[in-house]
Amino acid sequence: MSENQFEPLIIGFTCNWCSYRAADLAGLSREKYPPNVRLMRLMCSGRLDPAFVLKALQGGADAVIITGCHPGECHYLEQNYKALRRYLLLRRTLKQFGIEPERVQLIWASAAEGVRFAAEVNKIVERVRALGPLNWRAVVAANGDHPVHDLAALHAEEVTA
Amino acid sequence: MSDNGKPKLAMYWASSCGGCEISLLNIHEHILDVDAIFDIAFFPCIADFKVKDVVGYPDGYIDVCLFNGAIRTSENEEMARLLRQKSKVLVAFGSCAYEGCIPALSNLTTREATLNTVYLDNPTVDNPERIIPQTVSEMPEGDLTLPVFYHTVKSLDQVVPVDYTIPGCPPEPHQIWTVVEAVANGLLKGAPLPPPGSIVGAEKVAVCEECARERNVKHIERFYRPYEINPDPNICLLEQGLMCMGIATRGGCGALCPLVGMGCRGCYGPVEGVEDQGAKMITAIASVMDVGQAGLHDEQALEKKIDALLDTIVDPAGTFYRFSMAHSMLQRTRANGHGRNN
Repeated sequence: MSENQFEPLIIGFTCNWCSYRAADLAGLSREKYPPNVRLMRLMCSGRLDPAFVLKALQGGADAVIITGCHPGECHYLEQNYKALRRYLLLRRTLKQFGIEPERVQLIWASAAEGVRFAAEVNKIVERVRALGPLNWRAVVAANGDHPVHDLAALHAEEVTA
Repeated sequence: MSDNGKPKLAMYWASSCGGCEISLLNIHEHILDVDAIFDIAFFPCIADFKVKDVVGYPDGYIDVCLFNGAIRTSENEEMARLLRQKSKVLVAFGSCAYEGCIPALSNLTTREATLNTVYLDNPTVDNPERIIPQTVSEMPEGDLTLPVFYHTVKSLDQVVPVDYTIPGCPPEPHQIWTVVEAVANGLLKGAPLPPPGSIVGAEKVAVCEECARERNVKHIERFYRPYEINPDPNICLLEQGLMCMGIATRGGCGALCPLVGMGCRGCYGPVEGVEDQGAKMITAIASVMDVGQAGLHDEQALEKKIDALLDTIVDPAGTFYRFSMAHSMLQRTRANGHGRNN
């Protein structure tokens, strides 16, 4: 990790039954994926209130990943369909707020797809790194103008786990 | 400054349409009670007062100030600060003061784009010299000044502390009277006032609770704009594919719009305990969209079908945050985001 490289902060919402286990499996299988994603487990992707995503973005996240079971494989039958509909509508709404669709991504991953999970997270981190920081509070404070980011200051703020 | 012992009432408009004043005057014969109970200290819509009158009042001189309108210009902010200083109780009156309302929809674009539309690029505008108002104009007689037009529209409580909030665009007359009566009883008879920070003159639950339309299981295959269909007069409008915000909106109005066939616009703001009205609306309507059973396992086909349904929702952000933009979690658009529409 180079000193000046922007390290995005990404919040990931995983479902208990498939995608969290996929993340677990990725760990067990020593699949590497960048530590930029902070995972939060929900019982189901259908539990995801769009307010969670807004809160994350407003609170300093550069992107949000939502993960769930593949269509047809939801532990609660069809709640992942609901999650998909919410996600697609939320993305359209966020576009009007000037937030790139790439900053909110949905991944389907079954409990057996640890490798896929790691690969998808890798891709998203790189995409968000290319987009640059979101820093929403500064956006509002600057009346929508993209603030000039001081990467060193950004790193200084970073809390190490 | 009269001193007849009556409590002092003020009502001021910032960035608003004037409808809130009309709604206060629309409490019918109770307006006589308002006059009997209160001494009007400042109310530019109905009586001749000057700002210098207010400046001359001692701090806390005004017992109740009903402040309507959003904070759009430096003048709005200055008046909000002045009235806060001069008032014992400051009430955010109506949707603009509470959460930005229609003026705050311009937070979805830039100040430059707003001025451009108003003064230059509009079929009804004739402005060959392309004059845009300036905060300072140098004239032979001296400098002329105008208030600063802010980039972001704010709600009253984002500028000064607010004691109570009455939602609505405009608040309903019967609700206004209930609040005025409670305040008068508090001031004159020492009756307990609602806890500071309360939202008064409204219900805690959604508009649907007050709506008499029949509700069944919702399966929405597409959305319609109001001119596209004649809705059934007895069945839930959302069920018929008309965008009705009642499901995510605080009640208290008596569900007036849905009862006459127009989906709830959302003017009473989010229900008790909800921070972001738009997020709740996204949750709610995405839950009742129905794209049928075929192709459910084909992930790409499924996404296409949902996208086709979503195409029938015009301007989602402007619809879901029509009244609550300034108070929403994101508050405004990022002017140069890559996803920018305009």
